Amino acid sequence: MSISRRAFLGTAGLSALGLTGKTALDAFAQQPPHEPASTPAGTRWAMVIDPKKCLEAGDCTKCLDACHRTHNVPAIDNRAHEVKWIWKESFEHTFPSLQTDFPPDALRDKPVMVLCNHCDNPPCVRVCPTQATWKRSDGIVMMDWHRCIGCRYCVAGCPYGSRSFNWSDPRPAIAQITPDFPTRSKGVVEKCTFCEERIAKGEPPACVAACKAKALVFGNLNDPESDVRSLLRSRFTIRRKPELGTRPAIYYIV
Amino acid sequence: MRDRHVIIAALIVFFGVLTSPIWYARAAGTTARGPEPKLPETEKACVMPVEYMRASHMELLLTWRDDVVRRNVRTWTAPDGKSYKTSLSGTCLRCHANKAEFCDRCHTYAGVTPYCWDCHVDPKSITGSGK
Repeated sequence: MSISRRAFLGTAGLSALGLTGKTALDAFAQQPPHEPASTPAGTRWAMVIDPKKCLEAGDCTKCLDACHRTHNVPAIDNRAHEVKWIWKESFEHTFPSLQTDFPPDALRDKPVMVLCNHCDNPPCVRVCPTQATWKRSDGIVMMDWHRCIGCRYCVAGCPYGSRSFNWSDPRPAIAQITPDFPTRSKGVVEKCTFCEERIAKGEPPACVAACKAKALVFGNLNDPESDVRSLLRSRFTIRRKPELGTRPAIYYIV
Repeated sequence: MRDRHVIIAALIVFFGVLTSPIWYARAAGTTARGPEPKLPETEKACVMPVEYMRASHMELLLTWRDDVVRRNVRTWTAPDGKSYKTSLSGTCLRCHANKAEFCDRCHTYAGVTPYCWDCHVDPKSITGSGK
């Protein structure tokens, strides 16, 4: 019995498809959804910010100063190269998706404190190719600066602009270096870590400790008796860009 | 023998170049002896035996680094049961207070440039530094 080349190739192709097609289909079908499971039990650190209390304190920069001093954040004037952990953003830019053409006078064009949102579903973590940034079980989006290769995928991935890249050695731009905390080096991305080194000692984040107006409140979202939960119960709060599904852990009282 | 001056001058240059490593070492203040890191006077023992620290301190530091940054574990228990805070600036440099006379002497001798200090801060180096 003889078989033509054409028939042989056809049979071989169909056989290969039959043997491997199911496996390939399963592999694609099993790709996990990007939405992770809901917050696990235990501690889930979060923050509630009251911009109006902030504004009552006037042109206050205590939290900014405390954060930047504690973490050796360089002060770079060039806006293309600046490094930010916590900063002021106008109300309209903080909440673009509110799409209200007539915000209340109390908040119109007024500054709002913004920082890393420590999202439940952080896009920066998804895109990091080296796992230099990852989500801790207590909700903190942590960074390992030893491991960062400076690809800046996370900078592109973060919808809140919370990540800054060190385009040059930051040390000359640090007025007074705090020896307890490392600086960063050129070519590394950095951001707010929710003061995980202070939390480990049982202290609140530096910005929260520095805020005399109590405009920043920090606590465990999973504890119904915590300060953040009692605020969330009693006041109406919003989060930044909720439509993106990142589920931030920073809530704003409006 | 009309070339005598040229030959003598060339010989001087030749021997100068030949013995240049000696002059270079003399000028740089290095010797054929090994590095002499200055040990702290206050403490008698490090977190691990001297032989281990001499050969493998960098591996221990990597363990400490991963413990603190990735596992949120901030104390390390030595085989002898003593606990230490895992901190380069806080624990290591508390005893080895003089980085220049301890860390740098061996690293310079061995020709290695660890990048720990690109970020981690030697508290001594910052007095009066900055902008």
